[in-house]
Amino acid sequence: MDIMTWTWIIVGLSFALYIGIAIWSKAKSTGEFYVAAKQVHPVLNGMATGADWMSAASFISMAGMISFMGRDGAMYLMGWTGGYVLLAMLLAPYLRKYGKYTVPMFVGERYYSQTARIVAVVCAIFISFVYVAGQMRGVGVVFSRFLEVDINIGVLIGMCIVFFYAVLGGMKGITYTQVAQYCVLIFAYLIPAIFISIMLTNIPFPQIGFGASLSEAGARLLNTESGYLLEKLDQVHRDLGFPAYTGRGAKSVIDVFAITLVLMVGTAGLPHIIIRFFTTPTIRGARASAGWALLFIALLYTTAPAVASFARFNMIQTLNNTAYVDAPSWFKNWEKTGLVAWKDKNGDGKIQYAKGDAFKGKLEFAKDSDGKPSRGQYGERVVKTPINDKSKNELYIDNDIIVLANPEIAKLPAWVIALVAAGGLAAALSTAAGLLLVISSALSHDLLKNVIFPNLSEKKELIWARIAAGFAVICAGYLGINPPGFVAQVVAFAFGLAASSFFPVIIMGIFWKKATKEGAIVGMLTGIIFTAAYIIYFKFINPSANVAANWWFGISPEGIGMIGMIINIFITYIVSKMTKEPPAEVQRMVENLRYPRETN
Amino acid sequence: MTEHSKENLNAYWRENLTYIVILLSVWFIVSYLFGILLADQLDAIKFFGFPLGFWFAQQGSEVIFVILIAIYVKLMNNLDMKYNVDEK
Repeated sequence: MDIMTWTWIIVGLSFALYIGIAIWSKAKSTGEFYVAAKQVHPVLNGMATGADWMSAASFISMAGMISFMGRDGAMYLMGWTGGYVLLAMLLAPYLRKYGKYTVPMFVGERYYSQTARIVAVVCAIFISFVYVAGQMRGVGVVFSRFLEVDINIGVLIGMCIVFFYAVLGGMKGITYTQVAQYCVLIFAYLIPAIFISIMLTNIPFPQIGFGASLSEAGARLLNTESGYLLEKLDQVHRDLGFPAYTGRGAKSVIDVFAITLVLMVGTAGLPHIIIRFFTTPTIRGARASAGWALLFIALLYTTAPAVASFARFNMIQTLNNTAYVDAPSWFKNWEKTGLVAWKDKNGDGKIQYAKGDAFKGKLEFAKDSDGKPSRGQYGERVVKTPINDKSKNELYIDNDIIVLANPEIAKLPAWVIALVAAGGLAAALSTAAGLLLVISSALSHDLLKNVIFPNLSEKKELIWARIAAGFAVICAGYLGINPPGFVAQVVAFAFGLAASSFFPVIIMGIFWKKATKEGAIVGMLTGIIFTAAYIIYFKFINPSANVAANWWFGISPEGIGMIGMIINIFITYIVSKMTKEPPAEVQRMVENLRYPRETN
Repeated sequence: MTEHSKENLNAYWRENLTYIVILLSVWFIVSYLFGILLADQLDAIKFFGFPLGFWFAQQGSEVIFVILIAIYVKLMNNLDMKYNVDEK
């Protein structure tokens, strides 16, 4: 059977599984809809959190980004795992003790203020929409690459699936489908990585393999002598004029520091992650659940850097100075999708890889009069984009190729390639569902039930929660089909926003009972406004000024949330000191959060 | 010990905070110090085939994070029992 048939079968089976789970776990009450009736076992909740957290970007793009960044790529690895340590120690047990359904609700009650709650609702909805648009797009992209379906149709199929299980099952349905999705995605990620590790080093654990010596077969395959893989890779890098792969990269130390911190703190401030810890039966369970979640996440996040260096080595050695006609088959397969491209700048018929971009600006391919892609002298696709004549580099490689082409590089059978497609879809769908639930509960519980119709019966609220979820799916699908140009740019915004708003307010709310509502509101607003202004200025108003020389303290817009967070904490402290302390019952509530058992 | 006297509850909370400060110091040291600020210096040391700074950044921190949470969970479960504030 060919790849396409396998892909339809495996993707179809996985979708049938998700729908089956949704029917089995239909939510019957608002408690089940918002927090799965708090009956989720910590290990299963850990898996669900893992799937919730690992998005299309983690699954498909991250290894590629690391591959091109070298050691600096660790900012994603540390940044997207370190937040769980903060969650386990500073947030999860206390929010679980609080026990209500949403993050805005906690903010509203802790700061005895409807205004604070509404500010939190707006932040939660904004962050979640930014994120979910990217996920729906991710579903479309996977469909178009593996199944040659139009991206928009792919988005529509994804919408139908998510609609079905999110609207029907609520948090309960989402949780159990996420468990299944975690299994699919981790299996799909590990299999090719393990085989490549064996192929190059004879060691079946990629985490160890990439620090090991190349095996004889591996050295032959990579056209080099035996020795430590990373040492050889550094050598290859230096020979081509790149800095060593394992050494300092292009970013300054302070910037790497700031971005890592923003990603960690942002993770711990993202509502769709926090809300997962409301679903465990006990506080003990909430703590344990954070540990399980990180274990399941780390399984992928420790494999990714291994994949990154294997693929980097393989890519350079099999492509550089190879005649296009002799290029490996994965290269030509993925050239069809436009993820790789080559332009023979020096006219020798060989692919040269070097420092710098091969082309200037966004890649576009020429088409002939029938609308078919034009082919050049050697059969390569013709690129319309002007070349960058400052660099000798002739090769364009998209980040995503590193994971997508892995099974073919490892010469694995067609069903493994199909599995990677199903894994990418699982990653995108599970994250989308978690985000949609946050939007739905913010609308139905925080706005409708709390602000607009306080007398809403539970039955009606459940209906409204479903309508809100349906509405959110449709909006997300719309954004997936018509992605606003700024989606990619505002992802940094979402983390910066979460880091500079939610995180400090929640932490201070738990650990400092004298934090006042005035402090929290002013702190949140200054944190957000500062961070947003910095990002908007460099990303939208004056993008040409977005260079290190103009940044404050050398911190890029991606990392500025760190300063926003510090400002927020500082302002909250000062204002809280100057205003009347919180009412006695609020202080008592905060004190009660500390102890798993009721103590009064 | 069954009393939930003010002193007992405060002592429970102080011990919890001590754990958090110690574990988060390790969290900071392995990632920010070893993986970022001192990575260049540590790279001179070889850890199997890895330069050490690179290892902390791309493998060690992530593994140590998992261990830190496991330790915290264990410590807190014991602490809850010791002060009799565990859930019934």
